[in-house]
Amino acid sequence: MPLLRFLDIIGDASLYYINQAGRMGIFLVLVIYNVVKLPYYKITYITKQIYIIGTLSIFVIIFTGAFTGMVLGLQGYNTLSKFGSEGLLGSAVALSLIRELGPVLSALMITGRAGSAICAEIGVMRISEQIDALECMAIDPHKYIVAPKFIASIISVPLLTAIFDVVGIAGGYIIGVKLLGANEGAFFSSMYRDVEFIDVYMGFVKSVCFGLLIVWICSAKGFFVHLERTGGFGAEGVSRVTTSAVVLSSVLILVFDYFITSLLI
Amino acid sequence: MNEQPMIQLIDVKKKFGAQAVLKGINLSIYEGKTTVIVGESGQGKSLIIKHILGLVKPDSGKVLVHGRDIYKISKRQLQEIRANFGVLFQNVALFDSMTVFDNIALPLRERTKLSEEEIRTTVKDILKLMDLEGSDEKYPAQLSGGMKKRVGLARALVLNPKIIFFDEPTTGLDIAKSNEIYRVFFRTQAKLGYTSVMVSHDVPKIFKLADYVALLYDGIIQDCLPPEDFQTSENPVIREFVEKTMGRIYESEEVEG
Repeated sequence: MPLLRFLDIIGDASLYYINQAGRMGIFLVLVIYNVVKLPYYKITYITKQIYIIGTLSIFVIIFTGAFTGMVLGLQGYNTLSKFGSEGLLGSAVALSLIRELGPVLSALMITGRAGSAICAEIGVMRISEQIDALECMAIDPHKYIVAPKFIASIISVPLLTAIFDVVGIAGGYIIGVKLLGANEGAFFSSMYRDVEFIDVYMGFVKSVCFGLLIVWICSAKGFFVHLERTGGFGAEGVSRVTTSAVVLSSVLILVFDYFITSLLI
Repeated sequence: MNEQPMIQLIDVKKKFGAQAVLKGINLSIYEGKTTVIVGESGQGKSLIIKHILGLVKPDSGKVLVHGRDIYKISKRQLQEIRANFGVLFQNVALFDSMTVFDNIALPLRERTKLSEEEIRTTVKDILKLMDLEGSDEKYPAQLSGGMKKRVGLARALVLNPKIIFFDEPTTGLDIAKSNEIYRVFFRTQAKLGYTSVMVSHDVPKIFKLADYVALLYDGIIQDCLPPEDFQTSENPVIREFVEKTMGRIYESEEVEG
């Protein structure tokens, strides 16, 4: 019966995704619980993860931030000059970066660079029974492997976003003011006048949420690689789950961006 | 056997999809003894160990450790029970991004309050016991199969556990390396007196180590007997297994008979 088979497939898929959502929800709760009670001596684990997630991402953040700011300067100057409003270039570049592009683009870049690494690392640990070994040694893998990554991500992502914003504004300044000839005083005064605390606050809230989202999705996907419906076995299973973690994180960053903006605007 | 078993599996069943792997396992493990689970490949021997470790939940049945069903206790209580476990996995499961020293030091760092100096001394001592001096700064990828097994054994023993699980400790090793692992096992068990549960294919050599031998066949433990009784068992499945793995040792008797 094709109809029964169709319903069977729908039911099977629904159960799988509900199960997965529940699993990931419980995973998040367990990790947050372990983050809260992580002992102070674990600071070395956290600093190591800050180095991996944060420090090693600085170059790519500076690079993408600079070019994003430069293209904003270029597009902004050309658009605003049509209305004779070149003086607003500074606020246009700064507001675009601080409220929107900084948090979103940094999060996307960090997902690609650090999120994929987190997922692959935990996935390999799972398929090679290293996570089972930890559990058998009575060491909670949520606490030992994932909690330091959570803390590191929540610290690193807002800082990287701040770097992205500053470098982006500098890029917009170089193109708009130095190359295209916008007024330097107007560039900075409009920025000073129009950028308010709520804009910086919105960017900060977004970056913290995205930091949490990246590390949650990527570590949970790696952690449960063996339960993947498409077959989470071996190197191929890890590579597949890493791709899906990056895609899911990127999509959710854009979805949550809308909701956070609509809540804070 | 009047004593209370340390570990008891009662009618443990496990299916994967439509395939029933364990069809009602009943097995008792006694304190201070070595119980070896034998059987053909793919019968689910390692799965029994994973059930005892709390890594795979049975579809039905009970797994009792010190009388407590490990699937009906809290995560914290399970951790307390696991604190007495040491495990040597089939593929060793060393942390591949850590050195040998850090692999062995990890349980000490995470589970004890020893200073880094005390940890260093303990790890050096156990490396010496395993004949692994000078390998502490190597990574698992730089070790031979036998060395990896010994590092795994060192990691399993470092906290002086009460129960040790060995999942095919000599698979993939040549005879000399297998003997080396058995020597280490003898030495450490004599020194530490732990209870051990072993899955092995190494018949009949493993009979020398075992206090009890259990045969898993068709998803059921056919019997769990001392090695001598196992070899002379009248159970046709055990008899067939013994003949297959050791040859017809009673042939002369039969001929005489």
